[in-house]
This record gives sequence, C-alpha cells and structure tokens, in this order.
Amino acid sequence: MFDVVIVGAGVIGGMLARQLSKYDLKICLLEKENDVAMGASKANSGIVHGGYDPEPGTLKAKLNAEGVQKLYDVADEIHAPYRKNGSFVCAFGTPEEEATVRELYERGLENGIPGLEILTGDEARVLEPALSPAASLVLNVTNAGIVCPYEMTVAAIGNAMDNGTELKVNFAVSDIKKEQDVFVVTSAGGEVVKGRYVVNCAGGYSDRVAAMVGDDFFKIIPRAGEYMLLDKNEGSRVSHTIFQVPSKDGKGILVSPTVDGNLLTGPTATVVESPEATSTTPAGLDAVARLAAKSVPSVNFRQVITSFSGVRASEKSGDFIICPAKSVENMIHVAAIDSPGLTCCVSIADYVIDLLREAGLAMAPRADWCPTRENPHAFREMSDEEKDAYIKEHPAYGKIVCRCETVSEGEIRDAIRRNPPACDIDGVKRRTRSGMGRCQGGFCMPYVMRLISEERGVAMESVTKNGKGSTPLIGKL
Amino acid sequence: MREHDIVVVGGGPAGLAAAIAAYDSGVTDVVVLDRESSVGGILRQCIHNGFGLHKLGRELTGPEYADVYRCEVEKRGIRVYCETTVTGVTADRVVTAQNKEGVLKIKAGAVVLAMGCRERSRGALNISGTRPAGVYSAGTAQKFINCEGYMVGKKVVILGSGDIGLIMARRMTFEGAKVEAVCELMPYSGGLTRNIVQCLEDFGIPLYLSTTVAEIHGKERVEGVTIAQVDENRRVIEETKRYIPCDTLLLSCGLIPENELTRGAGIPIDPITSGALVDENRQTEIPGIFACGNVLQVHDLVDYVSDEAEMAGIGAASFVKNGAVSGKTVETKPGNGVRYVLPQRVHTESGKDVSLFLRVTQPFPKVRFTVKSGDVVLATAQRLKAAPGEMEKITVKSEKLQGAQEPITVSLEVL
Repeated sequence: MFDVVIVGAGVIGGMLARQLSKYDLKICLLEKENDVAMGASKANSGIVHGGYDPEPGTLKAKLNAEGVQKLYDVADEIHAPYRKNGSFVCAFGTPEEEATVRELYERGLENGIPGLEILTGDEARVLEPALSPAASLVLNVTNAGIVCPYEMTVAAIGNAMDNGTELKVNFAVSDIKKEQDVFVVTSAGGEVVKGRYVVNCAGGYSDRVAAMVGDDFFKIIPRAGEYMLLDKNEGSRVSHTIFQVPSKDGKGILVSPTVDGNLLTGPTATVVESPEATSTTPAGLDAVARLAAKSVPSVNFRQVITSFSGVRASEKSGDFIICPAKSVENMIHVAAIDSPGLTCCVSIADYVIDLLREAGLAMAPRADWCPTRENPHAFREMSDEEKDAYIKEHPAYGKIVCRCETVSEGEIRDAIRRNPPACDIDGVKRRTRSGMGRCQGGFCMPYVMRLISEERGVAMESVTKNGKGSTPLIGKL
Repeated sequence: MREHDIVVVGGGPAGLAAAIAAYDSGVTDVVVLDRESSVGGILRQCIHNGFGLHKLGRELTGPEYADVYRCEVEKRGIRVYCETTVTGVTADRVVTAQNKEGVLKIKAGAVVLAMGCRERSRGALNISGTRPAGVYSAGTAQKFINCEGYMVGKKVVILGSGDIGLIMARRMTFEGAKVEAVCELMPYSGGLTRNIVQCLEDFGIPLYLSTTVAEIHGKERVEGVTIAQVDENRRVIEETKRYIPCDTLLLSCGLIPENELTRGAGIPIDPITSGALVDENRQTEIPGIFACGNVLQVHDLVDYVSDEAEMAGIGAASFVKNGAVSGKTVETKPGNGVRYVLPQRVHTESGKDVSLFLRVTQPFPKVRFTVKSGDVVLATAQRLKAAPGEMEKITVKSEKLQGAQEPITVSLEVL
C-alpha cells in the first residue's frame, strides 16, 4: 500500500515524485513505457521560458514566474544540465509584430518577470551576430535558459528513487477503482498497485486516466511539433534561444543551442489523432527549415543529424489543469501541461503538494532525505589529468564506446546500474549521449547492446531499442 | 609526455600501410593507435572477396587483406595500441589518446591521420516517418551479421546503391532474407559495375533508379516503407508512391570522412571531398600532419587506399628526417565534368611524377581528360567511360610539372 501513486513518469510526474520524496511517504510512480521521459518529456524544445508569455492571472503565469528559479535550483541539486543563455523574441519589421514585442514586455512586467528589456534589431545583432538583418525589434529575456528535458526527468526520478520512491515501468494503467479509501490501480498486464492518493500526470493520456474515475471535464488535444537537430558544428551558430513573436498556434519556430552543444530548430504545431503520432513529415520538416531561416538565415541544414516529433498535451482552455478530481476524493489531475510545462515542473510539483495537503495527506519532512544525486557526467567534465587518475582506478572509463560523443564503457555501465536504470538502447542514449552524435549509433550500437545484455543478463536478441517489440536483432545466425 | 617519431591515428588499411611505408623509409619509431580491439578497421567486417587484385595481384577477403598488412607491421616490430581512442590532435603534433590504462599524451615528430569514414545516417538523410527498430546503416548490419553472428531482419529494403548496400543485398540474401528492392535516389548507381552484376542481377534483386524511401512506417519495429520516384530535382513524385511491407531498412547513402580530429587541429578541409586539403605527399596544410585513406577522400577500392597511405607514410618519414618539403607549389582545380581533384596542391619542382586522383560529376561515355596549366597541356588520358563511382587517376610527368603556373586544371571532353 502506497501513500501516493503517481501515474506517468514524465518530467511532471517525475519531479512530483522527487519533491514528495522529501516527506515520510511511500510513493509509487507508474509508467506505461519501458523507460521514463518517453512522451513529451523526451521530445520538446528544452527551454526554460522567462514567463513573459502567459496571460496574467492564469495558472501558467503564476507557476512560470515562480518556476524559473526553482527549476535552476533543483537542477543544481540533481545535476541536470542547464544553461542560462537568455532568449530573444523577434519581430521582423511589421508594426503588428513590433506591437506584440512591446505587449509581451508589458505582460512580462505584469507577471513579475525580472530582467526583460527591448532591443532594436541592431542592438540584438551585437549580442547575436547571426540574427537575421530583418529582425527589427527584440524582447531580450535574460532569465530564460535551456535545459535537457529528458535528463531533467531522469535526474528527478533517480533522486526520488534514491530516496525510496518505487518506479514501475511497463505499467499501463487500464483501470482505477476506489474501494473504501483505497485506490486500486490495475495495469493492462493485470498488475495491481494500491494507494491512498492518486495523482494523474499521464500527459497525453491524462484525459483517459481521468475518465477511469468518471471525470470528463477536459479533453486533451494532441499537438505534434517536429524538430530538426543539427551537428555540434552548428551548435555555436547562436548563443541565445531565438523565438519569433508568438501566434495563436504557439511560440513558433525557434533556433536554439542545446545544453549538449547541438543546434535545435522547431517545432511545428499540428493537431494529430493521438499522443503516439510522433511521425515526422516532409511538409513539417520543410516548414521548420524555412521558418528557422527567417530568424537565422545562416543555419546550415546539411548538418542535420536527426529529426523527431513530440506531441504536446494541449487543451482548449489554454491553461494548465491542476485540480482535485471531481468525481472522487483524494485524486489530483495534472493535465494539459504544454509549454511552459517543463519550466514549471518544480513549481507544479510544489503546487500539487499543497493540493495533496489540503486534501488531507499528512506530510512529515524526512530527516534522512538527500536532495542531491550523483553527477552522472562527472567523468566527462574532468581534465585529462583527472581522467588519467580516474581511469587508473576504474579502467572501464578508458574504453571509448561512442566515438562521436566520447562516451566510455564505464559511463554506459553506470547508466544501466544507476537509478532509474537504463533498460534499452534509447535509454542508454538519453542518459549518456552514446548514439546521440553524428553517426547516430552506427558504430556504437553493437557495443551498447552487448553492455546492456551483460549488465541485465539478457540475450542480445532480447535487447530492445525502446521496449516491447523493438528488438533490432531477430536471432542468431 | 612520451615522444615518438611518427604517430599513426587509426589501424585500418590506411594506417597500417602508412606505418609500414614510414618504417621502410627509415623511420622506425612508429606507433599505431586504434580504437578497436584489433587492427584492420572496416575490412574486418568485409568478409566478401574482391580485395587486393590491383595491389597484391590476388583476390582476398577483407580480413585476409588486412592480415597481410598486420603481418608486415608485426614483422617490423611496429607498436600497435588497440582499444586506444585518440581524442585530440593539436597543430603542434601533440596526440591525446585514452585507453584502459589512462590518458596518454604523445609528442609526435609527424602525425598520419587515418581515421576512415562513417556512413550517412537516417537522420542526416532526413527521411520522415516513425523511428522504429530495424533501420540500419548497411555497415552496422554488416557488422552484426559478419562479426557478431546475429541476423537483423527477414524482409529488407535497401536505400542507396553504394557498394556496401550492394554487398549487403547479397549478404542478406545468403542468410535467408528477402531483399525486396534496392532504391537509388540518383538516375545511376554509385556502386562498382561488378557489384551491381554480382550482388543484384545474379540474385534477381530489383534496382530502382531515381527512387527514394519517402517514409518509414512502424511503431516498435519497421513494418514497411513508402518508396517513390523522384524528379530531376530529387523531389518525390507523389503519384508514384507505393508501400512495401518489410521489417528492415538498410541505408547505404554515402560515406563521410571522419575529420573531427582534423578540424580540432585547425586543418583546412576541402568542402567537396570533406577531407583535408593536401599536397602530393598527402601532407595537410599544417606541416608534419598527413592524411590518407577514407578520411582524406572516400575510395572505391582498398588497394588504392593502401597506395595513398604509402605516399603519406613516406611523406611523414621524410618530414621527420628532412623537415618540410620546400619549393614552389601550385593549386589544382576541377574543370569541366570533374567534381574534385586530389591532391589540391602540388610541388612543381620536386623532380617527381605526380598522380592526380579525381571523380567525375556524372556518368559519361568515352571521354578524354586533359590536365592543363594555362594553355599548356601537361597530360591527357582517354577512358571508354567514366562514372562518379569509379575514381580516376592521371599521372603528370615531372618534366611537365616544372614551370607549371597556377592553377593546374583537370577537365574532360566527351569524345
């Protein structure tokens, strides 16, 4: 019996688990996929939004304003990579767009966002020489940043697990029943988990999870965003995140460095039939290239190393839906977490904790709670001298497995052992960057598979790309 | 910091041949660093035959060809460090490498870069659709089948008719898979004619030219691909789209020289070859750093890799013994019908014949190549046909080179 059962191990469910793990509670985190961060949390822009965009008075405005510093603070504690690179929101010569820039500035002030300023196009180009000559007026958002969204999720859940949270992957919730004061949560595979409180953080599926207890007051509209990621050769094309003024479809196409040194362009915004509709399309990728070039004409799209699509869990109200369930007590819905959801992951978690407390969950702080997580990237951050000394003690770090990203066998073995353990090839990739580089795993995949096979004691043919059915090998010769 | 006369980065066919040639030129303090557990590079997974006809006068498999060179290296006592990955090379020839013993730094008298190339990935091709298991670059599939002993799929579509794709079409067929189609974006194949005959035609595998994979389908594992013809601008012609059920897509869409270390050293790169700019000794624009093999230009035949590596090895040894080659140099330039010429710079007063290597821009029937300096013809050569997939070599006599002015151009005319 758990005190709190969280449905969905994305960045929202994961960060909630981490923040709840401060208290003397038994927490269970349920995830339908083979790994954490498998929905929108692994495929989004990775931006810490300054908070100028949400309508004043909305939950988004409140949680964004509170969330930025909270996010940076937690990222420091759990060693999730981020960088405060600042963002630009650009108008390109039209009076309407320039008016929008001024409006966003005013709205930012109203939302209590520090460090906003308006720059002329020329002033902006001094800071960002690759910015288009057509950019005429720019909102400079100095508190904004970039973060690796899946590493943030992995780190939060790792820290929660180190503090006792139980993670169950491949647990697709198919039914939630309340028997007296206890929720009985059943998976598609027939497994049962019981808990006193349930928090629905099921992302694109949060409306379906709500429906399991009879709530149908919101409906998720899955909106796909396609991206192209470019080689590190292009990673210093810009230092800020470059937005165009937002439209009704969202914040538009951005051009941004990533924390790992690549260049990211995207996303589009297309309503799709399901949260699983993560196909890329020729039209979408063409649009990304065309619109990104409007902001930064010099982006060299011959340096694309991969493209992908993520599906946002949007809703018609446009605001986050974070509230107690209507048909049942002691359940909280955390739904419609589209942009700036990643930015707000810590402030949302803290807000949900308040709702749980109001619902009667007693929370005693734990004396033995550990706020920090081991830095998974300690080795790659070492100097040559430090590496030399470390390898002499730990030889597995001397063997490079992924040549493009310089990832060692030791780091890969760690990722398979450390909480939350990587169980598949993509899981290793997200934790270590092995296979994330310019050859996209062409060389390292056989080695990574052998390490997974060894560490987890499974046959090579059973190692998967990302869970059930995704086996690269069909058998021995 | 350790010191060695010559450090060779990469123990594939290029690195081994360079090390041997350097040694035989009188510089015996040569070390080879290789990231894999044994030398031979990609040849280790090329278990088909056809290697060595030009260079060794006999037909060998890839591992056999590599073994010839490995034995020669061993015979000379040249030190080879395996499972040792070079992570940095500086312009003043400090090589940093990492292995299970630690991080080593070597000050080299000369460096030979021989890191080879990688395959263009699905992402770089920007094929749209889902991202399931079962999409492989052809070389990765080759490694699984030939070195690891695992089968990668049963029903296969191959995109790209480069040599690895063609070889893998046959290899997959041998292992019981059904190869449904080989699609080639261009109106001609980039592979060797002998491979089209021996790997596709002999097995009744269809080759569709001007055809691409427009979309990948399948959630967990590939379930099929949409193929489509393309127009002259390589855009998909919508009405020609058709679905082919398959569980595997192999990509053989070109090789990219792995010049990350080269760039890191600040060595200028030729945008066409994607390899370093070099002179006829295969010295890069930074004195004492040489490059050869597929890291310099992608070759069709390993025999020519070995030839090129010998030039680099001899050049490196000469640099160690005598310093940089002095004398006037002139640039080479591709002219009509020629995509690139290598070396990009030649010494004109060295008293040695210089071979120019080049590729044409598209398939041609009977052609004459002309090497010119201004209006002076330095060399000509005729071929019954020429294709981008087959590298050409034209030798210019030393007496013709003397006094040649910038630039030396190579162009072709159709006869």
